[in-house]
Amino acid sequence: MNKPTPAAVPAAFNRDIKTIVNAGLQRRHAAERRFRSYGLIAISLGLLFVVLMFANIIAKGYPAFWQTYVQVPISFDPAVIDPQGIRDPAAIESADYAALVRAGMRRMFPAVEGRTELRALYALVSSDATYELQRRIHQNPALIGSSQEIWLLASATVDTLVKGNIDRTLDETERSVKDNQIGWVDKLQATGKIEKQFNTILFSGGDSREPEQAGIRGALMGSFYTLLITFLLSFPIGVATAVYLEEFAPKNRWTDLIEVNINNLAAVPSIVFGLLGLAVFINFFSLPRSAPLVGGLVLSLMTLPVIIIAGRAALTSVPPSIREAALGMGASKLQMVGHHVLPLAMPGMLTGSIIGMARALGESAPLLMIGMVAFIVDVPKGIMDPATVLPVQIYLWSDLPERAFVERTSAAIMVLLAFMVLMNGLAIILRKRFERRW
Amino acid sequence: MLKQKLVLALAATFVVTGAAYAQSARDYISVVGSSTVYPFTTAVAEQFGKGSKFKTPKVESTGTGGGFKLFCGGVGVQFPDVSDASRAIKKSEMETCAKNGVTEIVEIKIGFDGIVIASSKKTKPMALTIKDIWLALAKEIPEPGTGKLAPNPFKTWKEINPELPASKIEVLGPPPTSGTRDAFVELVMDHGCKEFAAIKELEKADEKKAKTVCQTIREDGAFIEAGENDNLIVQKLVANPNALGIFGYSFLEENLDKVQGETINGVIPNFDNIADGKYPVSRPLFIYIKKAHVGVIPGIKEFITEYTSEKAVGDEGYLGKKGLIPLPDAQRKQVSADANSLKTLAP
Repeated sequence: MNKPTPAAVPAAFNRDIKTIVNAGLQRRHAAERRFRSYGLIAISLGLLFVVLMFANIIAKGYPAFWQTYVQVPISFDPAVIDPQGIRDPAAIESADYAALVRAGMRRMFPAVEGRTELRALYALVSSDATYELQRRIHQNPALIGSSQEIWLLASATVDTLVKGNIDRTLDETERSVKDNQIGWVDKLQATGKIEKQFNTILFSGGDSREPEQAGIRGALMGSFYTLLITFLLSFPIGVATAVYLEEFAPKNRWTDLIEVNINNLAAVPSIVFGLLGLAVFINFFSLPRSAPLVGGLVLSLMTLPVIIIAGRAALTSVPPSIREAALGMGASKLQMVGHHVLPLAMPGMLTGSIIGMARALGESAPLLMIGMVAFIVDVPKGIMDPATVLPVQIYLWSDLPERAFVERTSAAIMVLLAFMVLMNGLAIILRKRFERRW
Repeated sequence: MLKQKLVLALAATFVVTGAAYAQSARDYISVVGSSTVYPFTTAVAEQFGKGSKFKTPKVESTGTGGGFKLFCGGVGVQFPDVSDASRAIKKSEMETCAKNGVTEIVEIKIGFDGIVIASSKKTKPMALTIKDIWLALAKEIPEPGTGKLAPNPFKTWKEINPELPASKIEVLGPPPTSGTRDAFVELVMDHGCKEFAAIKELEKADEKKAKTVCQTIREDGAFIEAGENDNLIVQKLVANPNALGIFGYSFLEENLDKVQGETINGVIPNFDNIADGKYPVSRPLFIYIKKAHVGVIPGIKEFITEYTSEKAVGDEGYLGKKGLIPLPDAQRKQVSADANSLKTLAP
C-alpha cells in the first residue's frame, strides 16, 4: 500500500474542508446512482428470469388441463358382454369390452377396411376406453342391451394433434399421427364428435405410461403423507431443541460444538440424508422401501436444522424484559418459557418450519436412495404404502419419450409451484399477523 | 417432558412396525433397475395390473448397477423381485448375489434398444462410420504413418473425412454413470479403434493399455456430457444445429419432426434395421427374476408370462409402440419358453 508521504499530510490539512467535500460530492453522488442502478438491474434481471420461467412453464403446461374426448356410439351387445344371459358378475367383468369399442369405431367409419387401416382407426381412442365401458357396466348393469353415445378418452397422439402440437405439413413418416388418422380426426371435429373437456384424470389418476391416463394424485398423496410425517417429527423435536439450547442449556464448549454441528447439517447436500436413511431406516430398522414413512423420516432429518435455527432466532428476538418480568413474578423457568416466551416466539418458529417444509416438498434427491423414485400406479392410502412425491413425478415424466408427457410435466410443475407459493404465502401471513416487534 | 416421551413412543413404533412389516408378506411385485428399461417395464406393469387380479408392480428407476446392488441384497420380502438391466449381469454381480443367498436367477432378454447419433433436421445428414466416430471422440489416436499415440488433433469433421462437413466436432452424450454410455463405448468406441493396425499391435503387447486407449473419450470440449435426460439432448440439438447427440432409439422415433438419425456404416437407424441387426449400434435389454421369490410374492409367474407374451414383446406388441425393438421370432419363442419354465442362469 502507498502511504501518504509526510509532506503531503500537512498540505491536506491546510485545505478548506468545504472545498474537499464539494470536490468529492459529485463523485459520491455518481457512485450512489451507480449503486442504485446496479441494484435495479439485478432485481429486474431476477424478475425477468422468473417471468420467463413462469411464462415458459405455463405456456407449455396449460393445455394439459384440457383433455380430448371422442364421442363413440357404443352398443352394449348382450352377446358380447353376457353371452350366457345369466348376468354372472364374473363373466360380465371379464367380457371383451375392447370388441365393443372397436365395433363403435367401425360404426362411425364403415368405409375403413383392412388390418392396418383398422388398427390405425382403433388407435384414435385410448386403451382406457375398454376399462371405461367395463366401469360403466359395473356401475349400472341395466345398460346391457342398450345403445349409448359415450365420450371416450382420445389417445395421446389425437390429443396432441387436436391441441395443434403436431405439424401437419411434415412428411407422414416424420410424425406420430398418420394422414388417414388426421382425416378421421378432422371429420370427427367437423361433426362435433371431438371435444376438449377439463382434464379431471390429471388430478384424480395415479401414474400411467399412457400420457392421457396419467395423473398426479398418487404423487400428491405421497407428498402429503411424507410431509405429514416430516412435520409431526421435525416440528416438536426442532422446537424442543431450540428451546433447550436457547433457554436452558449452559453456554459451554459442548453447546458451542452442538451449535456448529447444527449449522453444518443445514448445509449438508440432501443426497447424504438419503444415504443415511437407506442405512438406518431401511437396512437397520427394516422399514419398507418406497414408503412415505421413510421419506418423511429422511426429510425431517433435512428440515430439523432449518427449524432449529429459525426457532432459536425467534427465541432470541423475544426481549429479555419479558423473561425477567415472568421470573420476577415468581414463575419457574419452565413456566416462564411455556407461558410467555414460547407463545411469543411461535409465529417465527412456524414461519421457519413452513419454509423448511416447502423445501422438503421440493426435494427429490434423497428419495432416490430410499426407493421413492418409482412408477406407482395405485394411489397410496397410508404411510406404509409405496408412494412417490410430486418433484419425483416431474423428474420421471420429463424423462419419458412420449411427446404428450411434455405438457403434463409442465402442468405438474405448475401444481408444485402453486403449493410452494401457498406455503410461502402462509408463512408471510403468519409473520405479518402474529409476529410482534419490540 | 411430554414431547420426549412422544419421541420415544414414536421411535418404538418404528421399530415395531418395521419388524412387523419385515414379517408380513408384500402383495405387490417390486422391480428395480435400469432407467432405459424403465419405460418398458412400467408399461408391462400397468397392463399387468389392469388385466389381472394382482396389484400393479412397483417399478423403481435406479440404474442398472444400483438395481443389481439392491436385487443381490438377499432373499426376502424387503428385497426386490425383479431387476431391469440395459446390459447382461456381470460376473462380480453374480458373485455378490450368490454370497447373499440369491443363487437362482432367471434371465429374460426382452428385446433390443438402438443407440442413435442424431442431429437437428435443419442440417444435412452425415454419413458416419464407426471409425469416423472413434476418430472424432477418442482422447488419443495413433498418428498416421508412425502409429504413435498422440492427443486427438481433430477440430472439425472435415479433417477426419473429407466427405463430411466442415462443422466443429460437438457431440452431446450421456455421462459415465449411464448404461447408454457403457453400451456406446462397447459398441462404437471398442470397434472403431480396432480399425487401426497400431492399436491391434498394442493390444497384443499390452491389452489393458489398448482397452484404455479405445474406450477413453476426449475431455477437451468436443464431447459434452449432457446428463441422463434424453429429452434434454433432443432440445439442445434443436437449439444447436451443428451438434450431434447420442441417445436411445425411442427418443428418435418420438422426435422425428425435430431430429434425424445419422447413418452409421451406411445403415440408417430405423425399426427394421435395428430388428434385423443391420444397424451396428444396438444392445439387448434384460430383466432378471429372483426364482426364490416365485410363489412367495403373488403374481411373479403371471408377470413373466405377460412380459414374454406376443401381446407385449411381439412384432406388433405394445412395447414396440414404446420403442422396444423385438427379438427375432425364433429367439423370442425360445426366450419365452425358457422364461416360463423358470430356467435359471448357470452360476
